Amino acid sequence: MAAKSTGPSGSALRWLGVAAAPAALALGFLWAGGWLSPNRVTQNRLMGELHDAGSYGQGFRRAHSKGVCVTGRFDASGAAASVSKAAIFHEQSVPVVGRFALGAGQPYVTDNPATVRSMALRFMPKDAPEWRAAMNNPPVLPLRDAQDASDFFSSQRIDPATGKPDPARVKAFGAAHPWLQAAAEKNAHRVITSGFADDTYHSLDSFLLVGETGTKTAVRWAMVPVQLVAPADTAAGGRDYLFQRLIADIHDHPLQWHMVLTVAGPHDAVNDPSQIWAQDDRTIDAGTLTLSAVESEDGGPCTGLTFDPLVLPPGIVASADPILQLRSGAYMRSFSLRSGEKRGPSAITPAMTQAPAAESEKKS
Amino acid sequence: MKPIPAFSPLARVLHWLMAVMILSMLFIGIFMASSLGPSYHRLVSLHRPLGIAILVLALLRLTYRLRHAPPPLPNDLPAVLKLAAKGSHILLYALMIALPLVGWGMLSAGGYPIPLWGNAVLLPPILPHNPAVWSWLRSIHTVLAFTLFGLVLAHIGAALFHGLIRRDGVLQSMTGRKTPL
Repeated sequence: MAAKSTGPSGSALRWLGVAAAPAALALGFLWAGGWLSPNRVTQNRLMGELHDAGSYGQGFRRAHSKGVCVTGRFDASGAAASVSKAAIFHEQSVPVVGRFALGAGQPYVTDNPATVRSMALRFMPKDAPEWRAAMNNPPVLPLRDAQDASDFFSSQRIDPATGKPDPARVKAFGAAHPWLQAAAEKNAHRVITSGFADDTYHSLDSFLLVGETGTKTAVRWAMVPVQLVAPADTAAGGRDYLFQRLIADIHDHPLQWHMVLTVAGPHDAVNDPSQIWAQDDRTIDAGTLTLSAVESEDGGPCTGLTFDPLVLPPGIVASADPILQLRSGAYMRSFSLRSGEKRGPSAITPAMTQAPAAESEKKS
Repeated sequence: MKPIPAFSPLARVLHWLMAVMILSMLFIGIFMASSLGPSYHRLVSLHRPLGIAILVLALLRLTYRLRHAPPPLPNDLPAVLKLAAKGSHILLYALMIALPLVGWGMLSAGGYPIPLWGNAVLLPPILPHNPAVWSWLRSIHTVLAFTLFGLVLAHIGAALFHGLIRRDGVLQSMTGRKTPL
């Protein structure tokens, strides 16, 4: 082509050249942001689905909205020191900030023992990076990836006519996801305990522990209560009775859990939290969690934190489980949304978490 | 008309290196900020050190730029375009420095640890833990990133305007080519 072309067609071609590169980049940018792929499960889409499924929002976490802050410590047993170099498995009296919550997206929901309960922890060893973990009481997570999660939360969309999810949609989700059926049944048949204190909390996702020499060990773990386990009572209490019981328990005596690691056996699915692991897997009692104080989320130390399960210290790395990525991204988005909103008082107020001087006098 | 002298080799290397880094960064950023997919964490882990590298390079480049005047724009370039060129360059420098700082600041205010490489090398927080500030800076980070992307597009468009329409040697002063396109 003539380098000095000045004719109208040459000029038009040159103007096209000027516009083409920025236009191509802009198009690529739109694609990368998900605007050209309506089927992609984006962070905003998931937040929208949570909202439609009844998540309250307005300054509260998009899920696990009703909770209390707890503080305590973790003492390693040393039994996991050979599989992970993480400070948490070597040290004593590691400070812990945590949170107990109900899995629902409504911060004022009435306590129900069948609702998913969660324990989230932030371990803060003195001279090592922190670790955050968020665990639930069902043993497995009946979701395999972001698409499953999006399908599940859309199936939970609140029908304005009934104020509840449409049972047909809920059923359709189950029928369309047969690979999640075993996990759903396992969770449905779990033991429902009397409260937060005597419950077992599971990591759901798997992680790789990294030893001093670089050895990698795939594990899940559970926080197993030292407290005696009692079945849930059939006569439910008031709106906040599970939390009130937890507060009374923790004021009565520190609550303890063993952190029990389960090492993946040769047939266990490491990258899929919906798969049940073998019953005869090797376990390691890594240490004891002791929670000795409870505070309301209004002013409490757990409110301004997100318990992102990918905040990991040296010695623990993520498995390739896609749900970990989903949780990390979704928690970040929920945290940035709620932190910019005006927030009402928590269901569990500072007055409710005070030491029950009057209460205990009444009891004794 | 006297040909425009080229930028120094160091200025050109810095420009093209940062061009690749900043474009990668913008695409990684917009992708990961919408993503819940399997590469989310890997991209977030890449976004932080790349941002810090851009910050360091931008500061080096600004220091260099303040000590070495760039080649002058052509005399016959209309005053309004000269002004636009100068203004957009100042804004580009400002954003190259502000975006990484806002990112670093927002993670600090959010109470996140800030791993630079792996999970053993951490950056210290540059702001106190404050969730409201985290949320605000998180939004500002997005707005500034879109502004930078828009400016980069305008910058590319302007460079091609010089190279293909005006053919005045301005594009060549950065590409280092001797003959006009």
